[in-house]
Amino acid sequence: MNIIDRRLNPQGKSLANRQRFLRRAKEQVVKAVRDASGKRGIQDIENGEKVTISTGGVREPSFHRSGSGGVRDYVVPGNKEYVEGDTISRPEEQGGGRGSEGSPDGEGDDDFRFVLSREEFLDIFLEDLELPDLVKQKVKQSESHSLTRAGYSVTGSPANLNLVRTMRNSLSRRIALKRPKPAEVAELEDLLREAEDRGEDPEKLREMRDLLERHYLRAKRIPFIDPIDVRYNRFETVPKPIAQAVMFCLMDVSGSMTEHMKDLAKRFFMLLYLFLKRRYRSVDIVFIRHTHEAKEVDEDTFFYSTETGGTVVSTALEEMQRIVKERYPENEWNIYAAQASDGDNMSSDNARSAGLLKDAILPLCQYFAYIEVAAEHNMGLSALGRETELWRTYKMVQGPDLPLAMRRVRSRREIFPVFRDLFAREKAGA
Amino acid sequence: MAAVITKPESLLYDGADWDYDKIKRVYDAIEHVALDEMGLNVYPNQIEVITAEQMLDAYSSIGMPLMYKHWSFGKHFARDEMLYRKGYRGLAYEIVINSSPCISYIMEENTMTMQTLVIAHAAFGHNHFFKNNQLFQQWTDAEGILDYLEFAKAYIAQCEDRYGHHAVERVLDAAHALMNQGVHKYPKKRSLDLRLEQKRERERQEYQEQTFNDLWRTVPKPTAGGARPSKTVSERKKLLGLPEENLLYFLEKKAPRLDHWQRELLRIVRHIAQYFYPQKQTKLMNEGCATYTHYTIMNTLHDKGLISEGAMLEFLHSHTSVVFQPEFDDQRFSGINPYALGFAMMQDIQRIAENPTEEDRYWFPDLAGRGDGMAALRDAWANYRDESFVLQFLSPHLIRKFKMFSVRDDAEDPYLLVENIHNERGYRQIRKMLARQYDLAFLEPDIQIVDVDLAGDRKLILHHRVTNGVLLDESDAKAVLRHIANLWGYEVQLVEVSAVSEAILKEHAVTAPSGMGA
Repeated sequence: MNIIDRRLNPQGKSLANRQRFLRRAKEQVVKAVRDASGKRGIQDIENGEKVTISTGGVREPSFHRSGSGGVRDYVVPGNKEYVEGDTISRPEEQGGGRGSEGSPDGEGDDDFRFVLSREEFLDIFLEDLELPDLVKQKVKQSESHSLTRAGYSVTGSPANLNLVRTMRNSLSRRIALKRPKPAEVAELEDLLREAEDRGEDPEKLREMRDLLERHYLRAKRIPFIDPIDVRYNRFETVPKPIAQAVMFCLMDVSGSMTEHMKDLAKRFFMLLYLFLKRRYRSVDIVFIRHTHEAKEVDEDTFFYSTETGGTVVSTALEEMQRIVKERYPENEWNIYAAQASDGDNMSSDNARSAGLLKDAILPLCQYFAYIEVAAEHNMGLSALGRETELWRTYKMVQGPDLPLAMRRVRSRREIFPVFRDLFAREKAGA
Repeated sequence: MAAVITKPESLLYDGADWDYDKIKRVYDAIEHVALDEMGLNVYPNQIEVITAEQMLDAYSSIGMPLMYKHWSFGKHFARDEMLYRKGYRGLAYEIVINSSPCISYIMEENTMTMQTLVIAHAAFGHNHFFKNNQLFQQWTDAEGILDYLEFAKAYIAQCEDRYGHHAVERVLDAAHALMNQGVHKYPKKRSLDLRLEQKRERERQEYQEQTFNDLWRTVPKPTAGGARPSKTVSERKKLLGLPEENLLYFLEKKAPRLDHWQRELLRIVRHIAQYFYPQKQTKLMNEGCATYTHYTIMNTLHDKGLISEGAMLEFLHSHTSVVFQPEFDDQRFSGINPYALGFAMMQDIQRIAENPTEEDRYWFPDLAGRGDGMAALRDAWANYRDESFVLQFLSPHLIRKFKMFSVRDDAEDPYLLVENIHNERGYRQIRKMLARQYDLAFLEPDIQIVDVDLAGDRKLILHHRVTNGVLLDESDAKAVLRHIANLWGYEVQLVEVSAVSEAILKEHAVTAPSGMGA
C-alpha cells in the first residue's frame, strides 16, 4: 500500500475549467453583474458576488424522458396503510414519491447560482472600459528609469561577476586544453611516492617524474581561470512607465447640495477610484471642496460636513492648480479630475472659471469629468433641458480635442451607465 | 464504572487525530481481516490524502484525478463549491477510482475512525467489487484508464491550441450531450486496451503528417448529386451497420464532414462513457458491497479489541446515517437509498445462507442453508448487476422490512393506483418492478439511428422507441438534435415510435447547420 499526501499539490486545478465556464456564460454573467452592481452600494462593490444566471447558455442537454405523461410504475418504501387497489390523489408538482425519476442532473430549468470572486466580479464589471488618453501617458515616460537584466558582458564591475557562467567557460577551456586535473596529479604523486618507497627501477621512476613534471608545467601554463572566461551580468536602464495617478475630487458643498446629490457624487468618485486603482500601481486622492472658497480636506469632511456660503467654482480650480504645482508635477503623475456640482455658480465667476479650466487645468489633466447631480424628484424640470450656469460655462469650453466630459446624473441607477459611457472603449474610427 | 476496559496497548489508535503510522497500522489490520477472513481479492491500494478543496476539484471532474478541460466541469465546480461553502451540502468522505492501483482519496479533515472506515469501505469494499465484478472486467481497463486520461487531456489541450477553444468546445458539447447514447451495450469481438488505443492514435496522426501533400487540396471535389445509383434501403442499412444505438460511435465512424481530430474527440468521450457504464449499472451493489465490507471489518476490529468503544460508537453513528432509508412520505425521501438497500440485501443474503427460515427455503432453494455466507456474497458480487441482483436476491423478508409497495401513475387517471404491497400476492411483482428501476436499458430512452441516405440528401433519421407512452423531454431533445446536426453536418430527424403499435407519436427535426465544416 502507498499513502501519498496530495494536500500540497498545486491548488486550483479547476481554474481553467472555471474560466471556460465564465467565458461560456459571459453574456449572462455580464448582465447579472450589471444588475447586481445597480442594486448594491459602491462600498461593497469590491467584494465577490453571488450571481444567478439562467441556464440558457450553459445547459447540458441529454436525451431523457419527460417528467409527465404516459404510464409509470414506482416502488417506494414505507407503506403504512395502503392495500392493493387503493388510490392516492396525485401529489403536487415536486411531490415526493418519484423513485427513479428526477431530472438527470438535479437541475431542471432553475436558474443557476454561483459565486464570483472579487477579481472576476471587477473584471467583468469594468471590462470594456479604458482610460482616456493612454497614448499621451506613454509619451510622458522619460523621467524615471529602472535597471533590467540584459544578458552577459565581458566587462563589468566585480560585484556583477557571474560565477556560474565564468566557471562554465573555465571548465570547458580546461577540458579543451587538457589541463591535468588536480586529482590526476595527486594520484600520480602517490604512485611515484609508492614506487620510490618500493625502490622501483630508476628508469621507470625517471619516466614518472618526467610525466609529473610535464603535468606541473601544463597546469601552470593553463590557468584555472583565464580573463577570457570571465563574464559579468549586464544591466540596461529602461525608462519606467509612470504607474502612478492622482485623482482630484472637486465638489460643491454649499447649502444647495443635498445629501442625495452628495451621495451620487460619492458613488461616482468611488467608481473612478476603483477603476484607476486597477490600472495604476498607486493612486492618490485629493479631496477639494468649495463654497465661495476652496479647501483641501480629508475624505470624511469632504462627504459629511456641511458648509454654508456662496458658490464660486474658480476657487476649487485654483486650489487644484496650486496642489498640482506643489505636490504632483505633471511629468511624474497621471492626473485625473472629477468635479461634482449641482450646477450653481456665481454669474460673475463664470468667465473666470472657464478661463482657468481651459488654460490651466485641462492641459494638466488626462481627463476631466464633470458630473452634474440633480435632485431625484425634479426630473421633470431639468429634463426639459434648462441648462445650469456651470453647465453652460463648461459647454463653451468643451472642444473636440479637450479631455473634458460632462454628464448629468439624477439617480443612483444612472451612475454606472454614465460612468461606463464616460470611459467606454472608443469605437474604431469614432 | 464496571465497564470492560480494553487495554490501551492493544488498540490500533486512540483519539481522533490521525497520522501516517496509525493509518499504516490500521491498514495492515484491515488488510488481514479483508483478505484472510473475508477472502476479498483486491487491486494494490494507493491512498491519497487530500483537502476539502481538492475533493471539490475531484467532484467536478467526475471523480477522476485527471480530466480534460471543459466548461461543464467548471460549472459543476461552481455549484458544488457554493453549496458546500453555504453549508447546504457536506462532502463525501472518500472517492475511489477504478484503476490499478486502486486510488482512494481520503480527506484530511476526517477523524482517525473515519479514515479507518473509509479505508475499509473504499480500499477494500469498492476495490474488491471493481476487480471481481464481471461488468467491470468486461468493460473497463483498470490498468490503462489513468494513462488514457492523460493522453486524452493532452490531446484535447493540443486540439485547443491548434483549432481554437471554440471549435473544440463545439465538438465536446455535442459529445457530452450524447454520452448516455455513446456506449456499446453488448460486447464486441475484442476487449478494450486503452494503451494500444493511445498508441494507435499517435501512429495514425504521425502517418498523416508524414504523408501530407498539399496537392490533394487542389484536386477538384466531386460535385454534389453524383451519378451513383442509390442502393436499396436494406442494402444501404447493412452497409452502414444500421440500426445503431451507439450514436457517438456511428457519428465518429460515419459522419461525412468531420475532421480527423473531431472524430478522435468523439472517441475519447465515448471511451470515458463506456468506462463509467458499469458503474451506472452497479450503484446499488457496489455501495452495498462496500458498506457490508466496512461494517464487517469494523465489527471484527472491535471484537478483536483493536478499536475502542468510543471509536466504535463514532463509526456506528456515521454508519447508521449512511444506511438510513427515509420513507416515501418523509421530507427527506429522494428515492431508495442504494447504501440502505444494498447493505440490507448483503446482510440478508448472508442470513439466508447461514440461518434460513422456512420461507427462505421456499424462495431460495439453492442459497438457503448453504452455509458459507461470505462465499455466497462473493459469488453475487462477481456475477450480477443491480437489475439481475435485485431480481435474484430481493427476499420477501426485505420487502416486508422496507414495507415496499408499488404505485402506478397513469397520466390519464386522476389518481395514482397502489398495485402491490408487501404481501404474498405482491412479492414477485414488487421484486420485478424494483429490478426494472435499476435496469439502465429500461431507464434510458431507447434511441437508435435507423436510416441515412448517404447518396441523397444525407438526412439522418433516428427512432425513439416509446415504452409506456412516455415521450422525450422536448426542449432537451431538440437541443441534443441540434448537437447531432452539428456533428453530422446535415439535417437530422427524430421520430418517436410506439414500441407496441409502431405508430408515430411525434417528430422532431433540425435543419443542417450553417458553417460547420473542415
